[in-house]
Amino acid sequence: MGFPEEVLEHVFSFITSHTDRNVVSLVCKSWYEIERWCRRRIFVGNCYAVSPAMMIRRFPEVRSVELKGKPHFADFNLVPDGWGGYFYPWICEMARAYPWLEEIKLKRMVVTDDNLELISKSFKNFKVLVLSSCEGFSTHGLAAIAANCRNLRELDLRESEVEDLSGHWLSHFPDSCTSLQSLNMSCLSSEVSFSALQRLIARSPNLKTLRLNRAVPLEKLSTLLRRAPQLVELGTGAYSAEIRPDVYANLTEAFSRCKEVKGLSGFWDVLPSYLPAIYSVCSRLTSLNLSYATIQSPDVTKIITQCPNLQSLSVLDYIEDTGLNALSLSCKDLRELRVFPSDPFVANANVSLTEQGLVAVSEGCSKLQSVLYFCRQMSNSALTTIAKNRPNLTCFRLCILEPRAPDYLTFEPLDVGFGAIVEHCKQLQRLSLSGLLTDRVFEYIGKWAKKLEMLSIAFAGDSDLGLHHVLSGCDSLRKLEIRDCPFGDKALLANVSKLETMRSLWMSSCSVSLGACKRLSQKMPRLNVEVIDEQGDLDSRPDNCHVEKLYIYRTVAGPRFDMPSFIRTMDQNPTYRS
Amino acid sequence: MDLNYKATELSLALPGTDDSPELNTTTTSTPIKTNKRGSPEMGPSAAGESKSAPRAKAQVVGWPPVRSYRRNALQGKKVEPEMGSGMFVKVSMDGAPYLRKIDLKVYKSYGELMKSLEGMFACIIGLYNEKEGYNGSKHAATYEDKDGDWMLVGDVPWEMFVTSCKRLRIMKGCEARGLEL
Repeated sequence: MGFPEEVLEHVFSFITSHTDRNVVSLVCKSWYEIERWCRRRIFVGNCYAVSPAMMIRRFPEVRSVELKGKPHFADFNLVPDGWGGYFYPWICEMARAYPWLEEIKLKRMVVTDDNLELISKSFKNFKVLVLSSCEGFSTHGLAAIAANCRNLRELDLRESEVEDLSGHWLSHFPDSCTSLQSLNMSCLSSEVSFSALQRLIARSPNLKTLRLNRAVPLEKLSTLLRRAPQLVELGTGAYSAEIRPDVYANLTEAFSRCKEVKGLSGFWDVLPSYLPAIYSVCSRLTSLNLSYATIQSPDVTKIITQCPNLQSLSVLDYIEDTGLNALSLSCKDLRELRVFPSDPFVANANVSLTEQGLVAVSEGCSKLQSVLYFCRQMSNSALTTIAKNRPNLTCFRLCILEPRAPDYLTFEPLDVGFGAIVEHCKQLQRLSLSGLLTDRVFEYIGKWAKKLEMLSIAFAGDSDLGLHHVLSGCDSLRKLEIRDCPFGDKALLANVSKLETMRSLWMSSCSVSLGACKRLSQKMPRLNVEVIDEQGDLDSRPDNCHVEKLYIYRTVAGPRFDMPSFIRTMDQNPTYRS
Repeated sequence: MDLNYKATELSLALPGTDDSPELNTTTTSTPIKTNKRGSPEMGPSAAGESKSAPRAKAQVVGWPPVRSYRRNALQGKKVEPEMGSGMFVKVSMDGAPYLRKIDLKVYKSYGELMKSLEGMFACIIGLYNEKEGYNGSKHAATYEDKDGDWMLVGDVPWEMFVTSCKRLRIMKGCEARGLEL
């Protein structure tokens, strides 16, 4: 420890992972001090775990801030409007404290046009704005960003809900702006001025990622591609047009010039006749997202069999088992597969996609690590086969569409199958369960899933024992989200200290009583125990009533005060501490 | 004040020794009845397509976990105009790799419809009648009506059929026999 500060700082500059930096800061007081002054990137996984003031006090020289707001189940409408996750307090403080801030990345947060305008005017060197699944802003806010951020490198609005007033915002990029490297506007619906878009692309020589929105017509795509042959990631707009040989020829030629393209997405409204235009880039593709393309299995298969270097594929279940079989034979480098349902609310399968497709991919693709699979039937034997084929899985999310669906061959619960997954896949970090499951599956999970960090449970289990197995057995658990399970007070109250080692726990439509929430809160002052109940009148409810929804998270910032009336943080009154 | 310690205790003794009635640790717990269960004579392997009366599910909030922008993007594809410009319904045939779509407004009778389907799928579909039953053909045409029930094509007057048919399915004749009852 006799090194001068500058040397240590230089050494620390090579340490980039957040966890490693946190560990470094714990070595000794002087390392803590040096480290906090040279930390440039901050990641806050739960925006309520710490306050902006605390962050700024400890880390004064930050260039990049990443925040996450709402719980994951907000994606499925389980978190009521007005819950929170406001960016406002953060931007207010950062605007004052971090004049040299370059990057802001937000996920599931509420961002307003005023917030965006404040960003655009506060940071002279602002470069990167990523708004993932955010809401609360309109295209006016985007216009401010476009107009004022002179060195903007990246604007990514992935999956955000934007009030789309017009496409005029894009025209606010000044002619002097030539720094753009990445633009993702795929979530917007309004048409932008095509000439403004064309000129923007033409003056951005470093543009590598371009994800257009549905409104950009296919006939005009070739014009854009010709001005950006250096693109690496392309998201098309709507992929259909009147069948015209000149449009087709232009498109084919434009694609053939894109020698650097490695990723394709978009493909809304696909007209299959235009698909061959992309064939020339297929051999270089590592990533392909066809999850909006309502094309049938033969057309999907025709594409993927030409992509031997594919690492990541997203498709609809129109691919069917035959297509997945072809995938398993053609794409030996596949790491990630996501299969979405084309008709999620229909009881009977409209496509021939079963567990067999996934089994085939698990057999043929030895590098497969990450799976998201929606299907209508599953069996323990298929799950066991998949587990034995692919012990290298790190993420396994299975959604059998019918809640509590048993093994379709034996009518038994799927405990044994998921048990095989956690037993064989020792590096598993993320797991989503579905189908008919008893407490036994949780026994397996608690016993085997030692590296599991995130677990999603729905319509499963028999009793508190299930939840207890998970809380007491999963050593690496950080995020647990549960809905519609018969888990109640016992497991929670027997594992209170576990909850402080996790980022958060979500439970909705379970059997946790209001009284237990109060007791939990009293025992654990560094947890916020938030009860969400839209039926109103929480104060007059008896302690034995079940709460609708419960969100528990560790925090050093104390209870929050930006909640709507139907959310209450349980009192941490020390008088009743046991 | 009764803090009810008993309620906070979790006993990890062997299953069955705990006094709480809701613990169910038997490994062969019977599966909760779902509409996936087939009739006994169909056997376990019949689970899936050949279930009796497949129906649209009651929607549970947030299930299945598909994000709304994804659902909306596909929804847009499915909105079919029903007035004036045609009445398109999907047609599936068991074993065929993909579905077709036909415009019911184009046909004037069951006969015309059957001819067209036979041409499309290169199969022979019989029309059921009371006297002869299925005339030995390999396939039978069925349709899903507005209530979500699966019906045999041909029972109701043509006009009524056209307005109530949501989709068609050409089943193997042996499976269609169940619908006759």
